Amino acid sequence: MTASISQKARPRAKPLNWQGGLLTLLTYLLAFLFFFPLLWMLMTAFKTEGQAIEIPPLFTFAPTLENFGKSLSSYFPHLVNSLLVAIGSTLLAFVLGLPAAFALAVYPTARARGTLTWILSTKMMPAVGVIVPLYLIFNQLKLLDTLPGLLIMYTTMNLPLVVWMMHSYLVDIPYAIFEAAKVDGATLGQEFFIIALPLAVPGMAATSLLALIFAWNEVFFALNLTSSNAAPLSVFIGSQKSGEGLYYAQLCAAATLTVLPVLIFGWVAQRQLVRGLSFGAVK
Amino acid sequence: MTARALETPAPTQRRGFRFSPSMLVWPAVIYLILTTQAPFFMTLYYSFIRWNIQIPGERPFVGFDNYAGLLTDPQNLSVLFNTLVLTVGTLVATVVLGAILALLLHRPFPGRPLMRTLLMSSFLVMPVVTAVVWKNLLLNPVFGFFSWISQALKLAPVDYLANYPMASVITMVAWEWTPFAMLILLTSLQSLPDDQIEAARLDGVTPFQEFRYIVLPFWRQALEVVILLETIAFLQVYGEIYASTSGGPGIATTNLPFFIYQKGLVEFNVGVASAAGVIAVVLTNILAVFLLRMISNNTASGGHS
Repeated sequence: MTASISQKARPRAKPLNWQGGLLTLLTYLLAFLFFFPLLWMLMTAFKTEGQAIEIPPLFTFAPTLENFGKSLSSYFPHLVNSLLVAIGSTLLAFVLGLPAAFALAVYPTARARGTLTWILSTKMMPAVGVIVPLYLIFNQLKLLDTLPGLLIMYTTMNLPLVVWMMHSYLVDIPYAIFEAAKVDGATLGQEFFIIALPLAVPGMAATSLLALIFAWNEVFFALNLTSSNAAPLSVFIGSQKSGEGLYYAQLCAAATLTVLPVLIFGWVAQRQLVRGLSFGAVK
Repeated sequence: MTARALETPAPTQRRGFRFSPSMLVWPAVIYLILTTQAPFFMTLYYSFIRWNIQIPGERPFVGFDNYAGLLTDPQNLSVLFNTLVLTVGTLVATVVLGAILALLLHRPFPGRPLMRTLLMSSFLVMPVVTAVVWKNLLLNPVFGFFSWISQALKLAPVDYLANYPMASVITMVAWEWTPFAMLILLTSLQSLPDDQIEAARLDGVTPFQEFRYIVLPFWRQALEVVILLETIAFLQVYGEIYASTSGGPGIATTNLPFFIYQKGLVEFNVGVASAAGVIAVVLTNILAVFLLRMISNNTASGGHS
């Protein structure tokens, strides 16, 4: 990828070189500014509480791991909740969505495109349009503040993504492969498990990264359907919103532990991110 | 795709029920109907009744009263206005900044992958973390980094969230979403054919002309995707407001989602919250129709299927 870019964008004619240098400096400056809030959070996480609220701010200090130790015990149960609902909803979305994507890609009927578009349209349904009845139903079914309750809605959120993304990968498999298998007497199940699945593994990896990121970062359902027992990390951080100078360092340690896994996932999956974020419209 | 559809053998009518591959779609479709369409129709129903959970008694059918109340009360109208300001303000900021960053990152320079990675990072941050970090570490009038900058410049420290609440929320949301515009526009830019630019440069066009007559027309499709997806997202901003201003001061930063949360899940006014929910869905769907048509066209003509 880097090779193709450097071939494409060639430097301008010579007289503009000093301008190019300025633009590069500007890029560095903007990148620093955009990253600064995260950098500052990271630095504060390694300060003592006293250092964290010092004005003028401390730029150099002896880092301490104290805050991570302190916040870990309250962070841990919510980490488990976040992991369970993120992984669970991704798995469930694949169980429901992968067969659908397979059928729509390999055995499209006249309605296939319409179905696909409808599935995507459910992703655009604002959560506020369903939250009131959901809250009442969940209350009746004793699903409020439970992991299964949250899992249900996170699966709803990830399902259209899985169908849409996996469809775009499965449709790339040459149909001749399936035809050859049919000639050899393969059943539908064999076509799915023995042919489609192994070929779709890279797409599944990329899609599940995205689904995990979205589920991990989800806030609306988490804040409104859970409170303590099933609260994922988003609710945990939200509960510490008004610090007013108290426990900034500890808060930053917890926030760092919350953001870091997603940052690493996202950095790894930069390319797939664009494809998934635009539902394949921009590749 | 059409060729493939023709090759599929016609169903033989040996038995009344025959399994067909298209049935594999049903579990996903049924799940989505149960968890999105069904609750939405309940919301629609609730929006026509007067029902506050805390007030026992009848739930009379009131027609469009809930809607009328929403659309005539000046306080509620300012909620709609806040939603508009937040959406449009953030949209302009992210598209302009994202376009500038995409153009900057499209040039070859040392350390470009690192800069791209640093610039995209804020998009991956959970909205609640964004709000908590900005509120406490940056915008706080006493302990915040920005207040130190004000002091260093011999200016009075500013309580941003109290004095400029909407601008602060827009800044936070724009910080998260500028990388989104940047990434999509950059990816699109990378598929711009070289020869067009080369030819134009040989003809001696200025950088501005190059942008106006080559890049901008080429970007049209990507810009449409960015604008529509972002608008849909900004109409639903919630976590940033919840964890920073809680809709205040007063109702200065209460947008439609936060209003629905307050009416429905704090005051338990089911009727009014549902009517507002229906309005949010209608607004979003108008945009979604355009978006879906576009994505459908793009993916259909883009070599897939």
